[in-house]
Parts: sequence; C-alpha cells; structure tokens
Amino acid sequence: MNEETDNIISVENLVKKFKDFTAVDHISFDVKKGEIFAFLGPNGAGKSTTIKMLTTLLSPTEGKVIIDGHDPARHKNLARKSFGIVFQDPSLDSDLTAWENMHLHAVMYHMAANLRKGRITDLLKFVDLYDRKDSLVKTFSGGMKRRLEIARGLLHHPKILFLDEPTLGLDPQTRNHLWNYLREVNKNEGMTVFFSTHYMEEAERIAERIAIIDKGKIIATGTAEELKQETGADSLEDAFLKLTGSAIREEEASGLDRLRSMGKMWGGRR
Amino acid sequence: MNTIYALWLRQVKKYFRSRSRIIGSLGQPVLFLVAFGFGFGAMYSKAGGGNYMQFLAPGIILMSVLFTAIFSGIELIWDRQFGFLKETMVAPVPRIQIMLGRTLGGATVATIQGIIVFLLTLLIGFRPEHLYMLPVALIFVFLVGLLFTSLGTAIASMLEDMQGFQLIMNFLVMPIFFLSGALFPMKGLPKIMEYVVKIDPLTYGVDGIRGALISLGDFSLGFDFMVLGIITFALLVFGSYMFEKIQA
Repeated sequence: MNEETDNIISVENLVKKFKDFTAVDHISFDVKKGEIFAFLGPNGAGKSTTIKMLTTLLSPTEGKVIIDGHDPARHKNLARKSFGIVFQDPSLDSDLTAWENMHLHAVMYHMAANLRKGRITDLLKFVDLYDRKDSLVKTFSGGMKRRLEIARGLLHHPKILFLDEPTLGLDPQTRNHLWNYLREVNKNEGMTVFFSTHYMEEAERIAERIAIIDKGKIIATGTAEELKQETGADSLEDAFLKLTGSAIREEEASGLDRLRSMGKMWGGRR
Repeated sequence: MNTIYALWLRQVKKYFRSRSRIIGSLGQPVLFLVAFGFGFGAMYSKAGGGNYMQFLAPGIILMSVLFTAIFSGIELIWDRQFGFLKETMVAPVPRIQIMLGRTLGGATVATIQGIIVFLLTLLIGFRPEHLYMLPVALIFVFLVGLLFTSLGTAIASMLEDMQGFQLIMNFLVMPIFFLSGALFPMKGLPKIMEYVVKIDPLTYGVDGIRGALISLGDFSLGFDFMVLGIITFALLVFGSYMFEKIQA
C-alpha cells in the first residue's frame, strides 16, 4: 500500500515492437518519489525508446505505465504536466533567443503570466545564461544549449525530470556543473530525476538506484553497491560486463542483431 | 488560445528574422512578372486579351503566396529534424492547438509575402481598378495562404526528411501553379485542360483576387470564396489528423 504511493513512476511488462524488431522487451521497474534513478545500458539497448514511451511520444505495444498517477498512453496531457524532459538531441528553436525559447515553454505549460518573468530570470541565472538571454540560440555552444534545455525542463516545476543521455558530448567541466544543478533541485524541491546514460561512472556517482538494460531487457536493478555484491565484482563496470556478458548474447542470432541495428538506424531518424 | 498565439508569433518572428529568405523569395515573382508580363504582353493584346500585366499580376501575387505557404507547412520537417517538434509534442496542450498556431502563422507569413509582391507589381505597372476592394483581395490571399499551409503541414506530417521535397515541388506545387488560371485565361482551353484547371484549388484564389482587383473572373466572388473555404476547412481537418498521428 505504502509502497504504491511512494512510486512516482511504475512500469509493468512494457513492450515496444517496431514491426518484427522488439526494442523494449517486457521491462518492469519502479522509481520512488524524489529518487535519482539511472537507466544504464549500451547504445541501442532501448533506453531512448523507453523514455519516449514514458513521456507520451511513443505508444507502447503492450504493458502498463503510470507516471505520477496517470497513464501516459491514455491521459497524455495529465502525464505531460508532471514531467520535464531533456532530450538526447537538442530540441530548442535555434532561430529564437534563449528567453523566447523559455517563454514559449512557459506559455505551453500554462504558467501564470505574472510568474513567468521571475521564474525564467531565476532559471537563466541558475544555469549562468542570463547574460545571453537575448542571443539567438544558434550562436550557443553545445554545453550552453544543454544548460538552456535543462533550465527549460525545470521551468514548470516538474515532479519528474527525464534526461536522455544528458551529458553526451559534453566536456567534464560542463558535465560536473550540470549534475551540481540537478542535485541541487533534487534536494531542494524533491524532484525525481530519471536519466539514461552509458557512462558507468556517471551512473555510479550520481544515481541512487540503477537499472541495467541491454537488448531491450532489464537485467538487474539496485544500488551500485547491490549490483556489485550481486555479481561479486569490484566495480560497476565489472558488474555490468558480468551481467551483460555471455548468458544473453548467446541467445541472440546474428540475423536479429542486424535487424536491431536497422531498427536503430530507422529509430534514429524519428 | 495562448499557445496558438505564441506559436503564431514564433512563425512571424522567424520570418522577419530571415531577411535573406524574404529577399530571395522575391526574385522569382519579379522574374515572372518581367519575363511573362513584358514578354507575352504584346502577343496577348494583339489577340484581343487586353493588358497582360493586369491579367498576370494577381496570378503572380498568389504564386508567391502558394510557395511561401507550402514552404511554411513543410518547415515542420525541419522542426522534426532539428528537434523542436519534440518540445511541442510533449507539451500539455492539445495537438490541434499546435497545428493551428503553426498554420495560422504560416498563412500570415504568406499573406505578408503576398502584400510585398503586390507592392512590387505596382512598381512594374499593375494598376488595380478598385482600391476599396483591396480588403476583399486580402481575404483571398489569406485564405489561399491558409489552404496551402495546411496542405504543406499535412504532407510534412507524412515525411521524415527533406528527400521527398523535390518530388512535392515538381509533382504538386509546380502543377498547382502552372495549371491554375494564373498565367492564361480559361476561355478557349481544350476540354480536358479546362477540367484540370477547374479542379485546381489555386484557380479559385486567382479568380477571386482577379475579380476583386480588376473585375475579371470566370466565377462569382461568392463562389470562389465558398470553394476555397470548403477546401481549406477540409485540409485543416486532414492536416490536424495527420499531425495528431505523428509519433516522435
């Protein structure tokens, strides 16, 4: 009973098929309110597909998802209000200024007009972009864009922030900066953070709990310590390799692998 | 409502920021006006048609409206490739509002483009007969803009990248322009050609704006308005439906 209400995300037997190719294969997991949760897996493991299903961008083939009490497949707009998202690829309008991107988001998320200005100012200051608020986003570096996307994702006080490979292609300084921001919001506002990554050390350092996903399946869930103990490994990397090693790959035929990479190719264009 | 306005404003802002695009897109109408207007002018009046520039100018104004509108709709593909589409897709607003905001924005941009070309035609020698009919012409321009932005959006919802763009230009947009009454009168066309012209929605835009500006038209203004209105409405519904189905 208590456990039910503690979970802000719960996923049961979630499946996504693209024609013959199963990108996500019966996965189940829960994320607690206020938790920092990592989805760790190699490229093409099904991380982005899962995040897309959790965030109403894709409808699942099978299974049940509950986001803050709502089913994202059926009550899309209720679910959408509860989360913010930072996509793997940039999703800013580069012909608009930083401020205009933030403002458009505030309007679409029905923020009261008198609160918008203050909140946007605060967040742009928070990610050190206030000086550049009137610059077009196309003049921004990759790191600045990512910071702006994070500020935008936080704008409407989401209960959950999804980040899909948020640190991909960022230098260590920016990466460090970014996690400092996010941990601060997580601590101060109790915001749940759900991120995907293929960097082991990032998952280990940042996340309270980790789900390891490979080839569409969740292989293990737990804290970094638990995962290490479970596998008797010294580091998360060893644990990961032990878990994703022989047992699963043997079952996969090479033909299926080819299909997977095709699926990735097509998936990447979506 | 706010979302529709905000997305409308986005389209208009982006238009005014891309000055090179505005200037670039004026080259073609000017070329057509000069080459066709002066090139065929003598022949047209010898054949008893009157002043060809007067006849041609409304058609060229709508040509630029057509191209701008289709392009605004197709821009959806850019938003998809550069990712901004996803930001609008996860926002807690009905997708119909997103579609409407974009489409009204595209239609507005196309209308502005039409007005600029109208001013250019005045420089080249076009003289509208009744200035008090300008608002009526403006309504037709906007309606044509709305119609083709919706069409562009519907098409773009089905495409994943710009590879199909050339196909659309050559097999849809160019025929819509050349087979409308923009360049030639409908009278005396071979029967089949006449049917083709009559199923081209742009024909009714050209006829309407010609009726308003130079009192020349094959159909009544009311009929033109009705045909355009119905097609625009149908395309808006279809465009929204296709837009609704997009999965990122």
